[in-house]
Amino acid sequence: MTTVRVQREAFDPGREINTFCARNPISGGIATFIGQMRDFRGTSRSAGEPLTAMTLEHYAGMAEREIAELAAEAKNRWTLDDLLVIHRFGDVAPGDAIVLVAVAATHRGEAFAACAFVMDWLKTKAPFWKKEIGADGAAWVEARTSDDLQAAKWDK
Amino acid sequence: MKLLYFAWVKEKIGLSTENVNPPPEVATVAGLMDWLAKRGGGYAEAFTERALIKAAVDQVHVPLNTTINGAREVAFFPPVTGG
Repeated sequence: MTTVRVQREAFDPGREINTFCARNPISGGIATFIGQMRDFRGTSRSAGEPLTAMTLEHYAGMAEREIAELAAEAKNRWTLDDLLVIHRFGDVAPGDAIVLVAVAATHRGEAFAACAFVMDWLKTKAPFWKKEIGADGAAWVEARTSDDLQAAKWDK
Repeated sequence: MKLLYFAWVKEKIGLSTENVNPPPEVATVAGLMDWLAKRGGGYAEAFTERALIKAAVDQVHVPLNTTINGAREVAFFPPVTGG
């Protein structure tokens, strides 16, 4: 099973993970990743300034499709019982979960690897753009070369 | 052909979407960027730094030398920053 949700609404990662575990009683290993909004600016521009909000722009349709494709690729590469990806768009507050990846497998090795793979590919392929908003103004987050290198590690 | 712009590309151009009919000699994504940049203003500004812009044709990431023949939707955007 694969579930991809791209949504404006906030979600509770704990609740999502509990539901995910409960629906996969055959899986001995479940790996999860939560990406949450930092409360300080992390780009070179006035690094460290406090942030009050963030807006996530996305390409509706393509975002769902790209995530579904990389989820399918994860299922090709590893033997997985279940895979869940939730990604927010719209207005996000500091501390909010932006992305959740949960992977269920028989053992931990495949769950850890697939979870890392999904996040690494999502960071470079899924069409979302973050705009950080603080007292010092609003600025688009710049893509990081390290994310490209991280994603390239999974190239066959 | 429907064009979509995202993030700072959208802000510089001042539009999120528009419909265009490029002439037949505009054959690739890069050609389309040149053709749009000739409009000047925000278009010229958005497409100046070619290396900073990515494109998708019909919702699939593509290199800039990709043909736009038959494309229904072309999107221009900075490198993605989700996750």
